[in-house]
Amino acid sequence: MKLNVKYFGMIAEWAGSENGQLDFSGTSVVELRSEIEKRIPGLNSSSYQIAVNRVIATDEAIITLGDEIAILPPFAGG
Amino acid sequence: MRYARHIALNEVGESGQQKLLNAKVLVIGAGGLGCPALQYLAASGVGTIGIVDGDTVDESNLHRQILYTTSDVGRLKAEAAKERLKALNPNVSINIYPENLRAENALEIVCDYGFVIDGTDNFVARYLVNDACVKLNKSFVYGAIHKFEGQVSVFNFNGGPTYRCLFPENPQQSQVPNCAEVGVLGVLPGVIGTLQATEVIKLILGIGEPLSGKLKLINLLTNSEQIISFSRNEEQVSKAMKIDLSESYTDESCAAPESIHPNELAEWIKQNRSINILDVREAHEIPKLNHPNVISIPLGQIPHRAAEIPTDKQLVVICQHGIRSQHALEFMKQYNFPNQLINLEGGMAAFHHHTSTL
Repeated sequence: MKLNVKYFGMIAEWAGSENGQLDFSGTSVVELRSEIEKRIPGLNSSSYQIAVNRVIATDEAIITLGDEIAILPPFAGG
Repeated sequence: MRYARHIALNEVGESGQQKLLNAKVLVIGAGGLGCPALQYLAASGVGTIGIVDGDTVDESNLHRQILYTTSDVGRLKAEAAKERLKALNPNVSINIYPENLRAENALEIVCDYGFVIDGTDNFVARYLVNDACVKLNKSFVYGAIHKFEGQVSVFNFNGGPTYRCLFPENPQQSQVPNCAEVGVLGVLPGVIGTLQATEVIKLILGIGEPLSGKLKLINLLTNSEQIISFSRNEEQVSKAMKIDLSESYTDESCAAPESIHPNELAEWIKQNRSINILDVREAHEIPKLNHPNVISIPLGQIPHRAAEIPTDKQLVVICQHGIRSQHALEFMKQYNFPNQLINLEGGMAAFHHHTSTL
């Protein structure tokens, strides 16, 4: 399924865009995590959270067609 | 009447304004986020405001840290901010802590306040703010920025989630972007710091819907805003509760160089603590520091004389106002010195001022 993904902060820079489409064949957030880490170099050594439909999701949460995904890093700057 | 337009609001009124006057808010970090937050808290009549910041004003701060003027460059931010806020509203009492928040002082400083604003600029400090607030059961308003984007949330409010519930892992030092000086749009911390002040004022007044359990995301370039929800994670809360601050944070020095207040250096010298001192001023600059382990290398000569810098002890780098020494530290950071590098805040001018008034 095709998922719309929003990237924030430096992850958007690594992804090359703030909005992307991802072809995803898995079902859970943990699978999505490894899929995205394959595509975005540097992400696997970073800490970030995944939100599904604007709620921070656990690794076990199930992803279905049409879900809105957001990849959120913490920001340090102040 | 200073607060007439507040009192005219049904949601504030006389009683709300009195709540503000009775409130005590601690602002940790008087930088990009802290400046606008402080300005609005003081203007709004928050009765007691604490400011924690050990840095001095650098010229490169002025494009966003709006409490400071050109003539404040080199001064302690906490002192310059207090002066400015007192001029804005003399009825407000301002306590300053011209030092960085550390594991050893965090609980003592935070415990005197009802609410905290996190305006720090690195992850070590942010986790420390969280852990201290969780231990002391204080609500705190988080704000953080990156280039054109900001995040705001209210943590540990009425049993709500904490910073660790949102971001459980403290990012590795290698991925801490603030240490690698990324740019930031000057107005961005103005927007985010003002939202932090707004949330604190709402908490004090008990009005509206606080951003508890909600992370507000703002992108000033695209004008997009959204709110992400998250919930409390008891495991992460008890982790913060159990952490021994003095043990967990001392080994975790950020890649950003640390600094020391003149009083603390005076204390170290009195205790004969084993340190080396690098003076990066020109030979003619006075007062000199009276210490057996001083080595003098003017800033401009550091690159080709780096091999002369001793590495066997903690190294305190000094200059006249704490600016050149900071530049020297930034330069030396690239060379991975094995010893800890420490900047003397405010330089010898501040050291002389403080030690002559002791």
